[in-house]
Parts: sequence; structure tokens; C-alpha cells
Amino acid sequence: MIELTELTKTYGSSTVLDGVSLRIERGGVTSIIGPNGAGKSTMLTIIGRLLASDGGRVTVDGMDVDRAPGREFAKRLSILRQENQFTTRLTVRDLVRFGRYPHSQGRLTAEDHAQVEAALGFLDLVPLAGRFLDELSGGQRQRAYVAMVLCQDTDYVLLDEPLNNLDMKHAVSMMRQIRRAADSLGKTVVVVIHDINFASAYSDRIIAMREGRVAYSGTPAEIMTSEVLLDVFDLEVRVEEVGGARIGVYYR
Amino acid sequence: MSAEQDVRPEQGEEQARGPRRLGPRTVPAWARIAALAALAVLCAALYLTYGVSGNVAYVVERRTTVVLTMLVVAFAGAVSTVLFHTVTDNRILTPSIMGMEALFVLVQTCLVFVFGIAGLSALPPVAAFLSQTALMVVFALLLFQRMFTGGIGSLHLTLLVGIVFGVLFNSLSRLMQRLLDPNEYDALQGRLFARLTRADADLLPWVAVAVVLVGIYVWRRHRLLDVVSLGRETAVNLGVDHRRVAVRMLMIVALLVSVSTALVGPMTFFGFMAATLAYQVAGRHEHRYVLPTAFLVGLCTLVGGQFVLEHVLGHAGTLSVVIEFTGGALFLYFLLRKAAR
Repeated sequence: MIELTELTKTYGSSTVLDGVSLRIERGGVTSIIGPNGAGKSTMLTIIGRLLASDGGRVTVDGMDVDRAPGREFAKRLSILRQENQFTTRLTVRDLVRFGRYPHSQGRLTAEDHAQVEAALGFLDLVPLAGRFLDELSGGQRQRAYVAMVLCQDTDYVLLDEPLNNLDMKHAVSMMRQIRRAADSLGKTVVVVIHDINFASAYSDRIIAMREGRVAYSGTPAEIMTSEVLLDVFDLEVRVEEVGGARIGVYYR
Repeated sequence: MSAEQDVRPEQGEEQARGPRRLGPRTVPAWARIAALAALAVLCAALYLTYGVSGNVAYVVERRTTVVLTMLVVAFAGAVSTVLFHTVTDNRILTPSIMGMEALFVLVQTCLVFVFGIAGLSALPPVAAFLSQTALMVVFALLLFQRMFTGGIGSLHLTLLVGIVFGVLFNSLSRLMQRLLDPNEYDALQGRLFARLTRADADLLPWVAVAVVLVGIYVWRRHRLLDVVSLGRETAVNLGVDHRRVAVRMLMIVALLVSVSTALVGPMTFFGFMAATLAYQVAGRHEHRYVLPTAFLVGLCTLVGGQFVLEHVLGHAGTLSVVIEFTGGALFLYFLLRKAAR
């Protein structure tokens, strides 16, 4: 369980997180939605201990994020930011191998190699494994990054806008793979996502943020209503039931 | 429907691009390193033995000192730059841009200014070297202590601070140099200009020990460095205490820069050249390949360059000037290529 207590973060005079208290239970896919500047990515980054908070506490299975030993924490929770550019030239397999670092400190065992191949297979990257990242399309590269954090084999996987720069087909395939990671690998996946309909169709829980606070939290059925979405996004959204999922229509 | 089906057209795209060109993987990295090592040994052997006449013992001893100096300088320049690149997650900026060599110049100028040339000669070279190194490391500590606090911009802020310090140190040095007696100024210039063939032989054993210790320390952490080179966020995600590693590695960089500058004076672009060529030559990202390759590229450049300069071009110039020129040109090329992207 990820537990946030009175989490605050300010940049200069602007408050990005304003005393967020929240529980994310184990298992399933949790989506964080909200308008730009609501503090979604900041919250995710603090949980992933890439950014220090100004107040409050984050614990993951009782481990305090600020004090947990880095290596132990890295075996329990992994985070992927949206912008990943490496100065070094890596192949897909090189990158995925790095996911095993918390477990083997760079000396890969037979089990580590098996995990690497499994992660490559899980994201259909086997034919591309020998390619350099800069030779791949954006969608393929995104899959390679996700393969690395899956290879890290943590209970919790945090993904910051994993659908960024993906076309429809690749976005759907990415969400399916995220769903599969939660269902068949038993991961707890937390994603920051902009598209409310992807959040609705693929998550077990949705957390809606606004102005540095958690405004609503619940199942897709509870969050995907015109009233809630109007309150969160300040936009009229017509919600309809399409193919078993609640879809928001807001284009015109 | 499985995700596999979604991917198949993409694979077709991949195949349509044709077979992979002869890439960095066709010659294994260890073979490249072996070839470089052989080249370095060849250069050294040529330099040591070519056209030896007269007092053979004296000539060989003098040339051995030069080669040993070049070994240390190549190691310090190449390794410090690669470490700096790794820790700062960039491949353009070098330690000298952090004001380290400018600090060296300032310390030298201060010494001449305060004690005069006579006073400077009175100080034992080893004591002078130790105090300079200590000053450099203290400077690095002061500068980096408040860095890596997790804010995204803090590294760039530190680099900016480094540049400002560099300008400040240079201005202070220049001010003092204006006030110097012309004879002392002349002597100072002699000390500041890199001369690989006139290094202080007394210092060599000291710096050799320091360099070997640093070499062992760094080598034992080559896998950690691989992770650090992925950048702060990825390294932290993989459980690395990035701040601690970065501060320690930057202290080592300060130590190596001071070793090199104390021995032969500032060589701003030598490290950049060795590291940049090594990234291309090694063809692999792992530090266990990059570090030895950078060292050997640097060594071949220094020893081979000195040989060509002395015996082919007939002492037509100073090696450091040639290296600075080519290194500087390479730096500009990479800077412009990066800007064009």
C-alpha cells in the first residue's frame, strides 16, 4: 500500500501539492487524472523519490520513502518519467538489463538474464532487442523503457504519462500491456494519464486531482460522471456507456 | 487479440530498412582496446629508442620520464573528463569549464605575486603540489556541497557558478599578472604553459601513486558508473544514491585535474578530445570499455604526437598547442553539431 500523509510541495510562491493525503491499495491499475498543473506528475515523482517534498510523508508498504535504503526501495517500487533521453547510446537489451541493477548490482546471473528476456518478450521487443534506442520509433522506445521498469520486477510500477507521443494504436497497445502487467504479473500500476477515456476503460481506480489536492477518488463508474468531470476539469463532459465502458464526450 | 498482433506491421517496417550497417558491434570492444594498447606500446617504444645517440643512458632516462609523465597526464585527463561527463550527464562540458584550471592559474599567480620567483623556488615542489591539490579539492567540495539537492536545474546552476568562478579567477590572475615585475611574469608564463617534456620529475612518484589509487577506486565502481551515466532520475530509480556518488566522483575529478595541471599546466581540450574519441572508438557504453579506451587514446595522442613532432617535423612546435588546437576544433564541431540537431 502506498500511503501519503499531508504531502506538500511548493515551487517559490506557488503551491503544487497542498496537503495531499491518499491511500493507494495493492493490486490493479490506478489512474491519476486532472487538468494541467494539478500536481499529478509532482505527486508521482515524490512517491518515486525523484523529488523531495516540502512536508508530509510517503510510505510504501510501511517504508518511509525519504529514509528507505535506495537499493531495497528500488526492488519494491519503480518509476518511469515521461522524458527519457540518454547521452549514452544503448541497445534495447542494454537498457532492459539495467532494470536488474537493484537485484544484481550489474553482475547479471542466469536468473537475471531470464528476467530480461521475459520482459523483452512481455512487451514484444524480442525482434528489436539488438537495436539502438535512437533507431526506434517513439512508440517502440516507450515500450523499451516500460520493459526496463518491468524487468526491475517491483511490486509497484509508477508511470508518468506513458501514452505521451503515442498514436492511437500504440496507446491502446500500451494500455493493454499495462493492464496485463497488473492482471498476470500482479503489479500495482499507478499511471498519470491525460485521456480520461483511457483511464475509464483500463483502470480499477481513478484519482482526480485539482489545484494540488485530491478532489475525487473512486472507481471509473464513480468518477466518470458529468458532475465530477465538470468540477475537476471545469468543462462540460457528456458521459455515455459505450461497449461496457463509460466514455466522456467533450470535443464540441 | 493479443498485443503481439499489433506489433507485427512494425517489424515489417524494421526489416524494410535493410540489414544493419557495419556497426560498432562487429569488432568487439576488447579487441579495439587491445589494438589501442599495442599502438600505445609501439609509440612508446619508437619514442624511447628512435635515433638514440651520444649519452644513451641520459637520453633514455629523460625520455622515460617524458613517457611516464604522459602516462599520468593521459590517465588524469581522460578519466577525469569521462567521469565528469558521466556524473553531469552531458558530453560537451568538461572540468575546465568548472573553473578548475583557472583556479590552478590563480594559485600559481598568487604564489609568484606573494613570494616572488625566488620564494617559489624555495618551496619544495612536492609541498607546492600537495597544497595545490588540497586547494583544488577544497574548491570542488565548496562548489559541489550544495549541489544535487534534487531540483532539476541545480546541476546547470552549478555549471553556471563554475563558469562565473572561472571568469573571476582568470580576472584576478590577470590583475595580479599586470602588477608583476616583467621578469617574474616571464617566469610565471613558463610555469603556466603546458610542456609535457619538462615536467617536474620529483613529482612523478607522488602523482603516480595518487593516480593508481584513483584508478583502483574508479575501476571497482565501473558498473555503478554505467548506471549513473543514465542520468539522475534513472539512477535513483535503480537504487543508486546519486548525490553521494556524484560528489565523490567530482572530488576525484578535482584531484585528477590538479594532478595533471600541477605536472604539465592547463590543457583545456585534451580530456575532451580523449573522451570524445573514446566514445566513438569503444562503440560500447560500459565504463569498463570506455575508461581504458579513453586512457589509451590519450596516451597514443600524447606519445605518438610527441614522436611525430620531434622526429618527423623536427621540433616544429609544442605538442600541447597542437593538441589544444585539434581538441578545440573537435569541441567546436561537436558543439555546433549538437546545436544543429
